[in-house]
Amino acid sequence: MKELAGIFVFCALVALAPLLTSSGSMLNLIIMTLYAALLGQAWNILGGFGGQFSFGHAVFFGSGAYAMAVLQVKFGWNAWAALPVALALGSAVGAFIGALSFRYGLKGSYFALVTLAFAEVFRILSNTFDFTGAGVGLMVPLKESAADLQFTGKAGYLYLILAFVLAGLLLTWWLKRSRYGAWLQAVRDNEDSAAALGVNVFRVKLAAIMMSGALMAAGGAFYVQLFHYIDPHLAYGPAVSVEALLGPIIGGMGTLWGPLLGAAVLHGLGEFTRGVMGDVPGVNLMAYGVVLILMVTFLPQGIIGLFRRKARDDKKGDSGA
Amino acid sequence: MLELSILYPSILNGLTTGAVYALIALGLTLIYGVLHIINFAHGAALMVALYGVYFLHQRAGIDPYLALPIMVPAMFAFGYALQRFVIGRASHGKDENILLVTLGISIILENLALYAFKSDTRNIDTPYTLSTVDIGGALISVPKVAAFGGALATAAILLLVIGRTDLGRAIRACAKERQGARLVGIDVEHVFAMSFGIGLACLGAAACFLLPAYYVNPTVGSGFVLIAFTIVVLGGMGSFAGALAGGLLIGVVESVGGLWLGESLGQIGIFVIFIAVLLFRPQGLFGARA
Repeated sequence: MKELAGIFVFCALVALAPLLTSSGSMLNLIIMTLYAALLGQAWNILGGFGGQFSFGHAVFFGSGAYAMAVLQVKFGWNAWAALPVALALGSAVGAFIGALSFRYGLKGSYFALVTLAFAEVFRILSNTFDFTGAGVGLMVPLKESAADLQFTGKAGYLYLILAFVLAGLLLTWWLKRSRYGAWLQAVRDNEDSAAALGVNVFRVKLAAIMMSGALMAAGGAFYVQLFHYIDPHLAYGPAVSVEALLGPIIGGMGTLWGPLLGAAVLHGLGEFTRGVMGDVPGVNLMAYGVVLILMVTFLPQGIIGLFRRKARDDKKGDSGA
Repeated sequence: MLELSILYPSILNGLTTGAVYALIALGLTLIYGVLHIINFAHGAALMVALYGVYFLHQRAGIDPYLALPIMVPAMFAFGYALQRFVIGRASHGKDENILLVTLGISIILENLALYAFKSDTRNIDTPYTLSTVDIGGALISVPKVAAFGGALATAAILLLVIGRTDLGRAIRACAKERQGARLVGIDVEHVFAMSFGIGLACLGAAACFLLPAYYVNPTVGSGFVLIAFTIVVLGGMGSFAGALAGGLLIGVVESVGGLWLGESLGQIGIFVIFIAVLLFRPQGLFGARA
């Protein structure tokens, strides 16, 4: 219950931000951090709680983004109507990839490879067909009204992404305390033992990849609404896949706050390198790569793990005294 | 249907490209076979090697083929150091960690190149870049024929080293049973680093054969890396013969598929093979079930 209260306090505080500052760049930083956190939350469900490391989460992101753009541009749908379809498509792509790879027992490196390959296949397909705007991409017409899920100011987008992040937090919170979540973590820790205890490993993993896919698609849908544009490289390129896994790994995999913490650290680092080195292409991602290696080497539990270890040590100290 | 007169040169072209793919895949499969890790930095390392060849040619005027005795040892040293001081330290013995560390290395290398050299695509001009040779009625460019011969020769040397030398025996021992290897006095960490070094040395050779007919930019490696993964999976992870056969096969599939479906969609064939093999025969076409 304490965690649930924490979630709502956090969201309420973030929601106050537009009232406290009208600085566009400040609000933008918050929006982009929450957006990165959402991608991390999506990856965290499958990678952090399920132990299935995907290197191609862009496949869900891009599918959500393209569903949103194609339905609006080619079929004239309202954005609010397109949104649930985008989430459903992300989930369906997850079900498809999950059914194939989990059915044949792909694990570890093999699973990472197959997700990477699927993202690449989708990228080539979207680059080829006119339906998705081919290499040119799709431009969503500017209609700045809440009825079209577009907003004149930054505040509207902040509330939209905050709503998604809240959904991600609640989903993660549920994973931590529900029976299903226990199954998923059991599968992560030891698949054979979980199966021996009667957990339906295939269905548990399938459900995880579907939830993860839907949340990732929400990120793609948000991207399209914010930037009004999508192309094959933005949608299915490796940058999104990397961004999705960096946050949870840096913050702490399989934790409630890890993806948010990781996203905040990464964006803080991004601002810092931009301040020191100027806006040079590549420097940002280079810093991300260094942080990734340092984290895996020295803090495999993420930043949250650091707090945990400290808390445990403190407790030990108390009982010893 | 396709005329034989179009199909024949296309197959030959595919074989020449495939030989270089095979060389890249040999390095990957060696690293996988010994260390049981998938080296996600393989493409980025190839990119580094290509830049090396490029600058040797531009700054020092060294012909790409004469750059072999410089690039191969340089890439070997790079790989040895990478495994010894970065990957080995970070792994904590967990496969997921190694995946992430090699991913991190590839991000760093690619963006370092982007930072240092900008995203321009560069190629070099040699006297033989545009010359061709007639093989049974098909005109194939000279650099491609050289790449074919060079890649196969390098592969043969690699197989000899692995099969006939003490180092090769130690590498195979570590691949099969690392605890046992340690017990009989093999310096396992050293052998791991040697394997990683040899794997990247293959890339050094591949870069020398590639550049006369190819180009380099910071993301050039990612195109090759998925193809190399496909070949390694197709041939059976850790199998050298499989990597060779798989490389040639993929080269032909890409070339003929491109003829049929067009340049951009032709690549789909590779990924469809990749996904199908991963799903239905992850031990590879030539590998035995683990």
